[in-house]
Amino acid sequence: MSYVFDFPAVFEHTDALLAGTGRTLALTAIGAVAGIALGIVGAVCRAWRLAPFDRLFAVYVELIRNTPFLVQLFFIFFGLPAIGVQMNEWQAAILAVIINLGAYSTEIIRAGIEATPKGQIEAAQSLALNRLQTFRHVVLPPALLKVWPALCSQVVIVMLGTSVCSQIAAEELTFAANFIQSRNFRAFETYFIVTAIYFLLAIGIRQLMMQIGRRLIARRP
Amino acid sequence: MALVRIDALHKHFGSNHVLKGIDLDIEEGQVIALIGRSGSGKSTLLRTINGLESFDEGCIEVDGERIHPHETDLRALRQKVGMVFQQFNLFPHLSAGQNVMLATRIVRKMPEAEARELAKAMLLKVGLQDKFDAFPDQLSGGQQQRVAIARALAMQPRVLLCDEITSALDPELVNEVLAVVKDLAAEGMTLIMVTHEMRFAREVGDKLVFMYQGRVHEAGDPREVFANPQTPELAAFIGSIN
Repeated sequence: MSYVFDFPAVFEHTDALLAGTGRTLALTAIGAVAGIALGIVGAVCRAWRLAPFDRLFAVYVELIRNTPFLVQLFFIFFGLPAIGVQMNEWQAAILAVIINLGAYSTEIIRAGIEATPKGQIEAAQSLALNRLQTFRHVVLPPALLKVWPALCSQVVIVMLGTSVCSQIAAEELTFAANFIQSRNFRAFETYFIVTAIYFLLAIGIRQLMMQIGRRLIARRP
Repeated sequence: MALVRIDALHKHFGSNHVLKGIDLDIEEGQVIALIGRSGSGKSTLLRTINGLESFDEGCIEVDGERIHPHETDLRALRQKVGMVFQQFNLFPHLSAGQNVMLATRIVRKMPEAEARELAKAMLLKVGLQDKFDAFPDQLSGGQQQRVAIARALAMQPRVLLCDEITSALDPELVNEVLAVVKDLAAEGMTLIMVTHEMRFAREVGDKLVFMYQGRVHEAGDPREVFANPQTPELAAFIGSIN
């Protein structure tokens, strides 16, 4: 093997790598917060059978879970303008991520809500909490805690999936990688570095989310 | 006037007629022990008093708050009626203190500091003042049940319903919970208990109510009722326990 590695050729583009990483993180953060919020709403509609929203969410969940993310993204970015809905690449990317995570988290959170023991709700009722207070203070926090590891995994999957947003020219980390290797022709080094960055981001996001779960939802030190 | 009035109460579970016309008046400060075989309707009766079960006919009135069949907004009633459950039902994501504070904070809208002081006082009452920050999974069954009592008391109910509150406890933990209930009775709390602790019912109860097939079959002073059961069904029930 006569190939000579040249990693400094990648680090000449550190600015682009950092910018791409930052945008990937921002896209993931916005998508995670809004997607999980959408998932909570969907899970409530499904678990409480709130017609007609329960049916609408059921269709939405099946639609999203049974189609590729890239196609969803293309549909939003290239398809919707045909009916007059114009978006720039970031708006389309953010919307696609929220819609995608919203569907998966609807199903995940619903499982947590449906696992609530009946006695918990009766205890809340006997303390004169109304339905919304019961949900907000008694049902939702333990439900989220129960499914939190699954939600963390889904957010990581979504973060890795944002790499396809490079295909609509959203300048995130994969876009930066493609750009850098088209300049320095160092495909091995560039994708090696970017792979390592994704790996570290995935580990970091999982750790951070587990901490958030423990501190904010369980309120344990 | 009676604090709790139950008039001609009927309830069906589908085709099963579980409460067949219950009339019961409970005075302020009384301790009522509801006994009977499983399926006799005693737990169902208890659960109708704070609206966890609906009913089909009749009327329940607690401290002037009337409920009618199939009523759904029962929050006013529930502020007057506390309940303690067989399975404790503490909220697992909240510490003992937060469990006690939750309803006073969000239902009574009590300021944080005041709710905290009240929660501390309630935990002191059940002998758990040092467990404010402990989570339910760090407490024994008896301690969890005492937190559940403190949680119900924090809402300052006029009546406390106890649904077999020692049945899920290991035998050695039963007494610490019964001791708390005994203190409450001594302070004049109105208590309605479904219980299998016959000795406790006899010692602490003011009135024993024996339920049989959805009716109040016999009722009266616990010592007398135990000593002289008037019906063969109660005699058989007492015999089956001893």
